[in-house]
Amino acid sequence: MVAAVPAKALPVSATRTERVLLTMCRSLLSLAEVAVHLQLPVSVVVVVASDLVDSGHLSVRTPASQSVSPDLLKELLNGLRNLS
Amino acid sequence: MASATSPDQPADRYVADTVQRSAKILVVGAFGVGKTTLIGSVSEIQPLRTEEAMTTASVGVDDLAGLNAKRETTVAMDFGRITVSQELVLYLFGTPGQRRFWDLWEGLAEGAVGALVLIDTRRLEQSFEVLDQLETHTAGLPFAVAVNRFPDSPSHETAELSDALDLPARTPVVECDARGRAESIKALVALVGHAISTQKVPS
Repeated sequence: MVAAVPAKALPVSATRTERVLLTMCRSLLSLAEVAVHLQLPVSVVVVVASDLVDSGHLSVRTPASQSVSPDLLKELLNGLRNLS
Repeated sequence: MASATSPDQPADRYVADTVQRSAKILVVGAFGVGKTTLIGSVSEIQPLRTEEAMTTASVGVDDLAGLNAKRETTVAMDFGRITVSQELVLYLFGTPGQRRFWDLWEGLAEGAVGALVLIDTRRLEQSFEVLDQLETHTAGLPFAVAVNRFPDSPSHETAELSDALDLPARTPVVECDARGRAESIKALVALVGHAISTQKVPS
């Protein structure tokens, strides 16, 4: 999941995709969702987003491949039980 | 691309700002078994579909011998989201069960809680390939089997199904109607419960 870092303007040379992606991510969103909304392949979005993370325009909120910890599972189980 | 810039975006598009963590579960199964339906019934967002162009990376991996007509260029993936608590969202990824999509599974399985295998008892034989794939390509990923009840499905004891599908011991088998939210969530609960127990007893 990524979110835009506010108050950091893109350089004039930024591509359209970069601008749209940043606008889209003004609040928390997962890259898969961004890809669908932008109608772009996920792999393309990942590349563009990585560049934006490197340049400090985007921040990553949750790591892409976090390990599944026991307390994450417990929280998930309790949460799902509350929903049903 | 109109949707990308349109100002009237639905308010529930974004994940709540309090969310700190995310988890993901794969929903797998043979073609037409009800993956899209299940994701649609539990997701809080309109289920999304992504399309990925197949690249040259799939050459030699996808067995296309004699299947020239099957050279599809896109992969559709269903995608849904559930905000489980204030700090946690769950993403559901529905991936097609056909052989040519297997590459996709491995990437998706990374960091996943587990996989929910949807099964249609009217076409049980189609589930073997999916289960086989799970065991070879995503070994160690906990999975649970959810039997999607169709109106004309023959009824089976879950123990019978477990046997017929040659499931590993302790694999949960639950019946559900993928159209119902509560029943679909029940299936997810069974999977997460199983994931917890396999973590406690590493086999």
